[in-house]
Amino acid sequence: MFESLTEKLSSALRNLRGVGQLSEANMAEALGEVRTALLAADVHFKVAREFVERVQAQCVGQAVLKGVAPGQQVVKIIHDELVRLLGEGTTALSPARPLKILMVGLHGSGKTTSTAKLAKLLKKRGYSAPFVVGCDIYRPAAIDQLEILARQEELGFYSDRVSRDVPAIGDAGLAAAKAANADAIIFDTAGRLQIDHDLIAEVKNLRARVQPDEVLLVADGALGQEAVNVAKAFHDALALTGLILTKLDGDARGGAALSIKSITGVPIKFVGTGEKTGDFDTFHPDRLASRILGMGDVVSLVEKAQENIDQKEAERMAEKMRKADFNLEDFLAQMQQVKKMGSMQSIMGMMPGMSGMQVPDGAEAQMARTEAIIHSMTPQERRKPELLNGSRRKRIADGSGTKIVEVNQLMKQFGQMQQMMKMLKGGPNGGGMKKMMRQMEAMKGKGGFPGM
Amino acid sequence: MFGLFKKFQAGFAKTVSALAGKTAALFGHKAVDAAALAEIEEALYSADFGVETTGEILAEIKTAVRKDPGLQGRQAAELGAAVLARVLAGSEGRIEGGARPPAALAAENTTGCLVPPATPTVIALIGVNGSGKTTTAAKLGWRLKQEGHTVMLAACDTFRAAAVEQLKAWAGRLDLEIVASRTGADSAAVAFDAMQAARVRGRDFLLVDTAGRLHTKVNLMEELAKIRRVLQKHDPAAPHHAWLVVDGSLGGNSVEQARVFHKSFGLTGLVVTKLDGTSRGGALAAIWRELRLPIYFIGLGEQPEDLQPFKVGSYARAVFGLEDKQD
Ligand SMILES: Nc1nc2c(ncn2[C@@H]2O[C@H](COP(=O)(O)OP(=O)(O)O)[C@@H](O)[C@H]2O)c(=O)[nH]1
Ligand SMILES: [Mg+2]
Repeated sequence: MFESLTEKLSSALRNLRGVGQLSEANMAEALGEVRTALLAADVHFKVAREFVERVQAQCVGQAVLKGVAPGQQVVKIIHDELVRLLGEGTTALSPARPLKILMVGLHGSGKTTSTAKLAKLLKKRGYSAPFVVGCDIYRPAAIDQLEILARQEELGFYSDRVSRDVPAIGDAGLAAAKAANADAIIFDTAGRLQIDHDLIAEVKNLRARVQPDEVLLVADGALGQEAVNVAKAFHDALALTGLILTKLDGDARGGAALSIKSITGVPIKFVGTGEKTGDFDTFHPDRLASRILGMGDVVSLVEKAQENIDQKEAERMAEKMRKADFNLEDFLAQMQQVKKMGSMQSIMGMMPGMSGMQVPDGAEAQMARTEAIIHSMTPQERRKPELLNGSRRKRIADGSGTKIVEVNQLMKQFGQMQQMMKMLKGGPNGGGMKKMMRQMEAMKGKGGFPGM
Repeated sequence: MFGLFKKFQAGFAKTVSALAGKTAALFGHKAVDAAALAEIEEALYSADFGVETTGEILAEIKTAVRKDPGLQGRQAAELGAAVLARVLAGSEGRIEGGARPPAALAAENTTGCLVPPATPTVIALIGVNGSGKTTTAAKLGWRLKQEGHTVMLAACDTFRAAAVEQLKAWAGRLDLEIVASRTGADSAAVAFDAMQAARVRGRDFLLVDTAGRLHTKVNLMEELAKIRRVLQKHDPAAPHHAWLVVDGSLGGNSVEQARVFHKSFGLTGLVVTKLDGTSRGGALAAIWRELRLPIYFIGLGEQPEDLQPFKVGSYARAVFGLEDKQD
């Protein structure tokens, strides 16, 4: 999509070469393409129009740079403006202690899950004993859901399954959290329509009672034009302090974020990227800008790799590979490293041009089976795969619930891999793994995209 | 069997008032000028109709204005509604058209020929996280029960914390039969048991609630295929309906959702939820254009009665702020 926007822009601006300056007239067609791209990404109609006008104002009068295709020049202006807009404000949370956070939003936007995710993140950041309070008394079992997540993540929890008085529940939750010496208290609320007067009044009362330091709107990343109405009404009623954009592990382009940002001006603080409680990140405007324009998310991928791959372990592995004494034990360890980065699908989603693509059928299951097979071997067998005779293979297949052919296949592949390593051994580029890590480092530092 | 859903029709007025608010002012008795056309365009885009449908409607209105410069807003609205109704023609899903008649029909049928033995009509509800599957399962169960059918629910979302409890709570509240296990259990096993129970007890409908999954997750799609396989052990035609439950406040991504779910699971229709807000679910037009999946119901709230059959005429008129024509 990015390519195609770039291509469209290049062809729309082709006749610009030698013209010297960008003008309203010679940019009209190109800006029409930009508008269409924004609308296709679910940016609100008016917001898209204003955005295009702003970009136009910036472009007009600029000299067409020598050596740069005018299309690229315009894409750069658009991208930068989008990053600027999306990134206005800070992702930092209020420094208050205890930090009180109120989560609000439409039905099914992901408030409960995000509540648990945020609490987990705060815990990681050093807040002591994060506490969650269940204020959704409407959706059946919503309180159960939060309680289960709280238990899973070892968070403090309070709710009341009898009371119908939401502000009172909030109050009691606050007291319980303070008694537990919580540094951070997050209030999960029921999904509500912005036009539901009673429910909006209820959450306003809750807000007045617990006096949160942060009021975060939780919005589905695939939200359409409705984003504008929702954001405006919630902001008017509750004075939002930030936005959490969820379900970004899908392929929605996330244009709603630009709409919400433009309408409320509140900063986007976090993004949800999966169903696991760890799938939650601080917001990065450049990534979302790329996504709205349809570019991949290389930076995220690189960072994820860096966060999760243990540097020492990687070095050790590289050394082993170089010496070609890589055994099945190492193979297993490496697979677990990759798994720490998230599901294969979410890794795929971050690669340029692959965001819409699917992990090949059964790849994830295949990996699980491979793991099961290796797990069913004795440590000795893992270190010396040549020990694996027919009867051992049968035992392993039975133990891992796979078939002997699968075990054989794995051993064959592993054999090929070892062969390859032996070939690489001692070559001029020994230490390929290290080199790869260096490359990743360089990409991260640059933070840019090819062709930009 | 005639008018299986007769009662539903009365409730549709609710959509009209919910959807009409914004466009009402636009289509008065003033002549349509350039400014009005721009506003119509904006209104259509703001309803998530997207480039294609917006373009088509706008083009016809423009042509009409060119022919008759005195064309009033109200007439333009009528025209727009007619174009939209044409675009959506054939998109009303009706359960009677299912692969197999409900068991109740078999019982009613006195001629005794060509009616297969009674097995439940199975409806599987699938979709992304939070789209409204569980609530729809409950509301639909209640509807069918109101119509005199016997219904069983299958709690196959064994993934999300407390999803089983959520459907159980609904079943208790609405007095519906349910087969459920616990979180973490094998969803296909639950589907199998539920189908078994529904057959043994001779229930008319089995409604299968499933875990939310983003359409981009292949491994979770595989789980759906497994649910289908076990249902088919009981009845090769099951599930007779596989409906994608789509959140009506989403934008263009719902088209992608439908496309992918359809490709990997084979959908037979849609339920569009959360149209009780100010969103108008325009993305359904794009889905219909591309995939021709009929829309069976729309969700208009969280109460059991807030599930209404989709009616093209009412919907198209509501979008343009026109009252529903009584039929
Ligand atoms: N306003 C409104 N809310 C709905 C509608 N359908 C479902 N919901 C709400 O949306 C939320 C998510 O619904 P749920 O059925 O749990 O979604 P699931 O994850 O797809 O099973 C719940 O709070 C429901 O009450 C609807 O038609 N209108
Ligand atoms: Mg559910």
